[in-house]
Amino acid sequence: MTTKELQIKSLEYRKKVLQYIKKAKAGHTGGSLSCTDILNVLYNEVMNVSPANFKDPNRDRYIQSKGHSVEALFVVLADQGFYPESNIETLCQYQSHFIGHPTRKVPGVEQNTGALGHGLPISVGTALAGKMDSLDYRVFTLMGDGELLEGSNWEAAMAASHYKLDNLVAILDYNKLQITGAVKDVCNSEPIDQKFEAFGWSVKHVDGNDVEALSKTLKSAPFETGKPSFVIAHTVKGKGISFMENNIKWHHGVPSDEQYADAQKELDSQLVELSKAII
Amino acid sequence: MTVKTTHTLKKGLANLEVFSATLQGLAEADSNIIAVTSDSRGSGKLVPFAAKYPKQIVEVGIAEQNLVGVAAGLASTGKKVFAVSPACFLTARSLEQIKNDIAYSDNPVNVIGISAGVSYGALGSTHHSLHDFAVLRAVNNIMVVAPGDNFETEMAIRQAAALEEPVYLRFGKKPMPFLSDNKDFALGKGREIRGGKEVAIVATGETVWPAMQAAMLLEEEKGIQVGVISMHTIKPLDTALLESIASRYAAIMTVEEHSIYGGLGEACASFLLQSGYQKNFKLMGIPDEYTVTGSQLDILNHYGISEKGIADEVLKLLR
Repeated sequence: MTTKELQIKSLEYRKKVLQYIKKAKAGHTGGSLSCTDILNVLYNEVMNVSPANFKDPNRDRYIQSKGHSVEALFVVLADQGFYPESNIETLCQYQSHFIGHPTRKVPGVEQNTGALGHGLPISVGTALAGKMDSLDYRVFTLMGDGELLEGSNWEAAMAASHYKLDNLVAILDYNKLQITGAVKDVCNSEPIDQKFEAFGWSVKHVDGNDVEALSKTLKSAPFETGKPSFVIAHTVKGKGISFMENNIKWHHGVPSDEQYADAQKELDSQLVELSKAII
Repeated sequence: MTVKTTHTLKKGLANLEVFSATLQGLAEADSNIIAVTSDSRGSGKLVPFAAKYPKQIVEVGIAEQNLVGVAAGLASTGKKVFAVSPACFLTARSLEQIKNDIAYSDNPVNVIGISAGVSYGALGSTHHSLHDFAVLRAVNNIMVVAPGDNFETEMAIRQAAALEEPVYLRFGKKPMPFLSDNKDFALGKGREIRGGKEVAIVATGETVWPAMQAAMLLEEEKGIQVGVISMHTIKPLDTALLESIASRYAAIMTVEEHSIYGGLGEACASFLLQSGYQKNFKLMGIPDEYTVTGSQLDILNHYGISEKGIADEVLKLLR
């Protein structure tokens, strides 16, 4: 895909994320919008995974450790053809499989997640199995920066470098906010890059809302042979909607009718601009 | 007060040694068998396994949450994983990982809790696992198993390896006696290893042996016929066997090396009461306190989980 096509995809995904959160009257709005570009690039540019090869042992795996941004994942998986998009209309409703965190009952979801600090250890095990079986699949896991406060991540970080898992790529959705406030104020975890480097990972920073930069960075993994890769993707919580950006109220805020209309209008105008640029 | 040791164990292998030997046999035939350890290969008797099958053991160091997550990831690719760690840490520090990464996610890991109950004796309550039945009984989609002798251990390991579902297996440290010539074993089905009619003792894990000794003592000294059931699988509970026992015996007693709360005894009591059985019933376990100091045997004897202690409770139940 061209950069412009990817940018248009991201805007369309964001429109849908808001649409389904509005319909469900629930969802993690800010975090879904911050990681939309990452999911877009992973599924459309980087990973070898599709409905056709989902049972292939050599498919790439995506494990969403920050499970609370599941709305973005549901929209992207529908776009990949894992299920009809209309299925997401049942989001958070009685007996729906489309609950507020990833479950394997939804086609395309690799692991049940939601409790924080679980994705990286599972990803280490999955990557390790790939090494044992001499398969060349890669494991991508998406983590939140608030989530990094969970100690299990650091247990897994040590194991990943100990086992030289260069088939493992952890991506940090580094939007710098958690539910209470700024991560640095809640419990400062800086300097994250130096910590992961000290733990034996190869680390790169990237603009996590720049699809071109993301694509280039993620395609270059592993950054070093014999080391797991850590991508610090600098993102904006609530990305794309002016009144949601960097505002913790939108961690799991649901837009009112008026806010929803304003948000869609903003995204539409960005789409128009992009379309003009293509012509 | 001097604690008198009222029962001794026949010399035999510890069930952890049987676990290790059985796992080696399975690993020989199947390279997908993987042991994951958290600096616990020594206490798990897996040093010979590691020497023989170095590519089939994953060491994560002292990191129990990661142990379970890594095990789940391995299992998700089709590996047959045995995640081994002291029961006290494995089922407390990693409870959320067992619940979410294994049971909820349907990753068929065999979770192996070693040195369970009060096996670590004098090391104290931090190292005792008297909660594991309770917490894992409350987790959906995981079997809870505590074999009563080496035969049950070997069979449980073999059957668990062949199952495509999560299993928790709890092992103690000490040598195990031989319980019965009865060679029927199936996960989920209790074993009536001694017949009787007046009182049935339903025990699990390492308490089956003192229950057997108590039964033998009562018959010898009082002529009372006491049946003994090794209820190696605590969840799912063999309710058909419990119904059968309730119809054949006058009273039922449960014995376990676990808190009196949430274990085998409460599981049996709950089933029997809800099924309308009105029986004399006694639940024996470790009371709701941090245990006394001593060896495993000292502690069990202190709380009456001994030949004499169990026999005394049977007599009280019959009064």
